[in-house]
Amino acid sequence: MIIGTDKTMSDIIIEIDGKEVKAKEGMTILQVAQKVDIYIPTLCYHEKLEPYGGCRICTVEVEVRGWSKLVAACLYPVEKDLIVRTRTDKVDMVRKVILEFLLAHAPNSPQLQELAQEYGADPDRFDKESSFCILCGLCVRYCAEVKKKHVVGYVDSGAKREISFIPEIAAQECADCKECFPLCPTSYLQAAYVLTESFTIAKDSS
Amino acid sequence: MPRINSASELEELRKSILSARDPVKPAIAICAGMDCHDISNGSLISAFEAEINNQDLKTKVDIRATGCHGYCEKGPMVVIYPEEICYMQVKPEDVPEIISQTVMGKTVIDRLVYTDPESGKSAAHLSEIPFYQNQMRHIFGHNPNIDPQSIDDYLALGGYAALSKAFFKMSPEQVLEEIKKANLRGRGGGGFPAGRKWETARNASGTEKYVIVNAHEGELGAFMDRALFTGNPHIVLEGLIIGAYAVGSHRGFIYTRHDTPLLKSNIDRAVVKAEDYGFLGENILGSGFDFKVEVHLDIGIFVSGESSALMKSIEGNPPEPRPKYIRTSVSGIWGKPSCLNNVETWANVPMIINQGAKKYTSIGTDKSKGTKLVSLSGNIVNKGVAEVPFGTTIREIVFGIGGGVPNGKKLKAVHFGGPMGGSIPESLIDTPLDFDELDKLGAPIGAGSMLVLDEDTKMIDIARYFLNYLTNESCGKCVPCREGIRQMLKILNNMSKGKSKEGDIALLEEIAEVTGTASLCALGKTAADPLLSMLRYFREEFEAAIKQTE
Repeated sequence: MIIGTDKTMSDIIIEIDGKEVKAKEGMTILQVAQKVDIYIPTLCYHEKLEPYGGCRICTVEVEVRGWSKLVAACLYPVEKDLIVRTRTDKVDMVRKVILEFLLAHAPNSPQLQELAQEYGADPDRFDKESSFCILCGLCVRYCAEVKKKHVVGYVDSGAKREISFIPEIAAQECADCKECFPLCPTSYLQAAYVLTESFTIAKDSS
Repeated sequence: MPRINSASELEELRKSILSARDPVKPAIAICAGMDCHDISNGSLISAFEAEINNQDLKTKVDIRATGCHGYCEKGPMVVIYPEEICYMQVKPEDVPEIISQTVMGKTVIDRLVYTDPESGKSAAHLSEIPFYQNQMRHIFGHNPNIDPQSIDDYLALGGYAALSKAFFKMSPEQVLEEIKKANLRGRGGGGFPAGRKWETARNASGTEKYVIVNAHEGELGAFMDRALFTGNPHIVLEGLIIGAYAVGSHRGFIYTRHDTPLLKSNIDRAVVKAEDYGFLGENILGSGFDFKVEVHLDIGIFVSGESSALMKSIEGNPPEPRPKYIRTSVSGIWGKPSCLNNVETWANVPMIINQGAKKYTSIGTDKSKGTKLVSLSGNIVNKGVAEVPFGTTIREIVFGIGGGVPNGKKLKAVHFGGPMGGSIPESLIDTPLDFDELDKLGAPIGAGSMLVLDEDTKMIDIARYFLNYLTNESCGKCVPCREGIRQMLKILNNMSKGKSKEGDIALLEEIAEVTGTASLCALGKTAADPLLSMLRYFREEFEAAIKQTE
């Protein structure tokens, strides 16, 4: 059986979880899977944004010319005869450990808790370092790519990376927008905003 | 200097440079490489200049401030030509004596020459010193003969002859074919065949294509690329221009470090000189081929040396790597085909074109051809930069060239490739230097840094050191890299404090697998490699640390 009803998508055929699927060259694995209702979990993906490849929870196993490897479904462009497996032991292990990494930072995120159940992730495997932010970058990228305001950005690199609002721009742009709030998988963004607000107010009244 | 407009004009210029040079005229080559420069070299060079003036020898003796001679342990080095008498750890107060006794009097000053620490035998000439004797300095050996600021010095040694040969006697396809036949493999870390990379960029669609020199050299313990590029910038430029011709590129980039000002100024000067002489710019040597090059600086993080991050940086964006599901040789800077090689790789190109692939491939092993520059550091008698043919055993490098381990200690391990490499134990040092052999052992050559470790070294500390470094140097974008490094480091820090738990080794291995397979770029994918090699060869140290806790 071949899944995929859109006739314009008939360029190539790939295989996802044993099913033959029609796809167009240039699409990502995630786009093709979503089109035919094959679920691949995501945390940093948003349809309005450029694919980012940061959270790696969409990691899947692909087989190309007999070689298999793990790739990020949100970024990997499909090609002819590609074989994709969305749930293998390896894939599940990677997703489980990624969730355990993230739960050390944001133990109360409903989205993470739900995925943790699915993949058997132990929320207490790593010591808690409750920074709350999982650095999915949805807020940063939404503000930059969709709103073109760059109010919130990254500071520092590596393990020290954080998100931060720029108070001066936030004071002008955020009050009537706040479109990034519902995107945040944790409660951190709102907290960071409130903190920024208090800085700005303090500054204004001084 | 008027532009050179043809191959014959180049050869005429070369002849005139050579005929103006007297081969028996004394010349003093003072190492002004970065290391020697830092040890008082400025005052040494001025001492020589002052003394030459004092003794009124300005017309009779040449002075050359050169790039690194390689033997950093004994720097500052001074070589007196034409006899090639080599003096070590020279101080400004030695200068009057060197000029009157050696340069003019032709006698050797015993206290300044090399003395073998074991036999007590001394060696006055460059070719007799074991550190040099056991090398094959095809690329790096030019350094003492070149003032990096003088393009004429490079031309006197046959410089830009390969460029002229490529342009006028070979088609771009033939150049590419020669590089492929030479099996030139990338010296920056991966060992990927350069010819295949060039070919991909050449065949990629579009007319706008770029060639890039990666002179970032961020690998800890690696200092050979900057030594080569600072000392002999034109050899790299010549290789790059030949590459541009083969790929069909008219614009090149040199990406280097913000913290090596001497390198930057030598490159800048070399580019200006090459433009003046007509090796860069429009209608190079009258061939009709145009090529320009510009120099970019990094922003000071390790990951900006990763090729896709480097290209983003050149675009003016933050240096965050992108997944290379589509190769940069197809889509790199501004989405255009971009062919990137490191300094040493480009520097091999003129030699391959000059002597042909057949001769080039007569050196090395089955699949690793030519020579390799290595930086020796750590617990080794002779720290410095060495060049050896592939196939030389690690033992020969550490003991034959490096002089072994100091203070009577035993060798424990040799670590290759810095924070993305691996260690091999003493029992495996008869392994030849070879991309694939070392890869199999879990200790890929990387860019060529060799950190020598003695018996007192705790491998857990070395693993911690590299992971701690990467904690700050990772960009922090993807979870397996950012969090994996954080958690592995935490476990190892606890281990070294006697606070580890049963099962920590298995946990380290599980994290290493996730970080190694699911990270976005090569930094994350290889971040756990040093640790994995240590768990492979020195597992008992980790087990002992856990036992101690119990």
